[in-house]
This record gives sequence, C-alpha cells and structure tokens, in this order.
Amino acid sequence: MNFSCKLCSGLLIVGAVSIVLTSAVLAYQAALIPSSRLISPDGLVEILKSAKSETPLMIQVGSHVLYTQAHIPNSEYIGPASSESGLQALRKRVEPLPRNTFIVLYCGCCPWSHCPNVKPADDALHAMGFTNVKVLYIASNFGADWVEKGYPVAKGD
Amino acid sequence: MILRGFVLILAVAGLYFALRHHGASDAVRATRVREPSLAPDFSLPNLKGQELELSSYRGKVVLLDFWATWCVPCREEIPHLVELQNKYRDQGLQIIGVSMDDGPEPVRDFYQTFKMNYPVVMGTARTGELYGGVLGLPIAFLIGRDGRINAKHIGATDVSVFEKEIVNLMRGGDGSNSRGS
Repeated sequence: MNFSCKLCSGLLIVGAVSIVLTSAVLAYQAALIPSSRLISPDGLVEILKSAKSETPLMIQVGSHVLYTQAHIPNSEYIGPASSESGLQALRKRVEPLPRNTFIVLYCGCCPWSHCPNVKPADDALHAMGFTNVKVLYIASNFGADWVEKGYPVAKGD
Repeated sequence: MILRGFVLILAVAGLYFALRHHGASDAVRATRVREPSLAPDFSLPNLKGQELELSSYRGKVVLLDFWATWCVPCREEIPHLVELQNKYRDQGLQIIGVSMDDGPEPVRDFYQTFKMNYPVVMGTARTGELYGGVLGLPIAFLIGRDGRINAKHIGATDVSVFEKEIVNLMRGGDGSNSRGS
C-alpha cells in the first residue's frame, strides 16, 4: 500500500470516528448531567405543595409551542437552550439573581437521553456560579411524565 | 493500522447504537386506535406561506409527523420518511410534516439540507391541542384513506413499523401489524 492510500484510509477512519462521536455526544448530552443535580417530577410537586419549602424559580428551556400547550404553573419560558439565543436569554434572566437562588430547569421536548436543551442550560448556570440548580428529570416527555400524571399544568403564554 | 481503525469504528458505533437503543426504549409508545375517529382538520402555512388543508388529502394514506429541527430522534427519522414517500407516492402515500419549531427559518434550512420531498407546515399550540396535546416529539399519526386516525406513535418509531402499517392501510386494512400494539 502506498503512502497516499494509507493517508486516505487514515483520514477516512478519523472522519468516521469523529462523526460517530459527535453524534453520540450531541444525542445523549442530557444523560451526562450528574444524578445529584436532578429532581424528579414527584419531588418537585412535593416542594411546590409544601408551604415550608423554598419555591424555586422554574425555567422552561424548550420550545415555545410546547410551552404554550402546557407548562408548570408559574414557570417561565426562556427558549431552547440548545441555541445561542436561548442561552443568552437564560443568562440575562438569571444574571441579577443571588448565586444561591433555587432554580429548576426543565424541558420535556423529547426522551431524556435525546433532550438537547437541559444540559447546555445546566452548564451555563453552573458556569455563572449558581450553586442551587436542579434539572427536572423527564424520562419520556412533558406530556407523559407530567401532564398525564395529573400534576399541575398551566396553558398559554 | 486499517484493521485497528475499523475495530475502533465498530466499537464506537456499537456504543452509539447501544446508547441509542437504551435511550429510546423506554420512550416509544404505539397505540393502535380501536375506534378510529376523523383526523381533526387544519389549515396551516407551508414553508412557502401557502395554506395546506389536511382534508384535501382525503383518499390518500397520510402519515402526519409532528417534529422539530432541534429534536434528535425526529431528525433521525426524516431520511427514512423521505424514502417511504419516494417508495409509496404512486400508491397513494402522503407524508405531511408538522413542524413544532418556533419559527420557519431553521425548518427551511433543514428541508433543503435533508432534501425533504413532502410538505411541511408550521404547527401551533392549537394544532397540538387538536391532536390531544403534542407535548413531546416526535409524534406520528397514521390516517387512512377515509380520513380516520388508525394509529398514533409517540417517540422514535422504526421505519419498518410505519411501512407495515402504511402498506396495510393502502390495501384497505386497518393499519394494524404483527406487533399487535
């Protein structure tokens, strides 16, 4: 095998591995959030019910069309954190807040391992120094894991 | 060196597909509708701004796919849907994409890049509510020639499942397949 052939084969292999790795990382980034930073739907409902618990600032970091159909009452729509504009909106919203503010991020657009929004949002808040951030673990989607469970829902903007 | 490279590719690809299977397995739900009801009609703008009416496709088998450009499993399905549209167009299949993106710009780019060959309209919250709430993507509805919904698939669905149901509906069946879902 001559040198150019070896070079082509090498480049092909590097390219293929890069594509597969990039796809894997993009597709499964939500699964990389440590379990210590997650909160379950029933755990959040308990907090919202409890008069003694601190009410978190709840931020939806997914699609507006989905938010308009159903969202957690008193949660705020920010925009998809997978986009730069969504991340900027998120940073702007939380910038003036004390860094120990209790914040819950959620999306529910897709199955957990495929959600493109929660990990970038969680990373952004931690990079800003927020120390009390939880991400709502939604296994399948917001409909199945929140609405169909009978948890409180609001509609509209 | 080449052999080692291919082994590495296979290992990474194996990990990728293992993760993919693990992630999707708990999320996919398929429902065969026992008493098919008429698919709610809608009139929505396509990517050129022209109105598309669902009822104008009565007489065709329609796969109504709610999706978004930022939805990874939706993106993975699109090339398969393009193939299905090509394969069964002459037999009366019409796929219609309902994008749940917040605006049409990324959808237009995606449409070109993926060489989509079926109409895509911009969905709204109202459209989602008409279909029982589209609160997670993808969701697909299989509609028979009589305009009735025969099946609903929540989550990424294997193309072979769609194909079986589509062929059955085109032959005048009720869309059910061997899975009995």
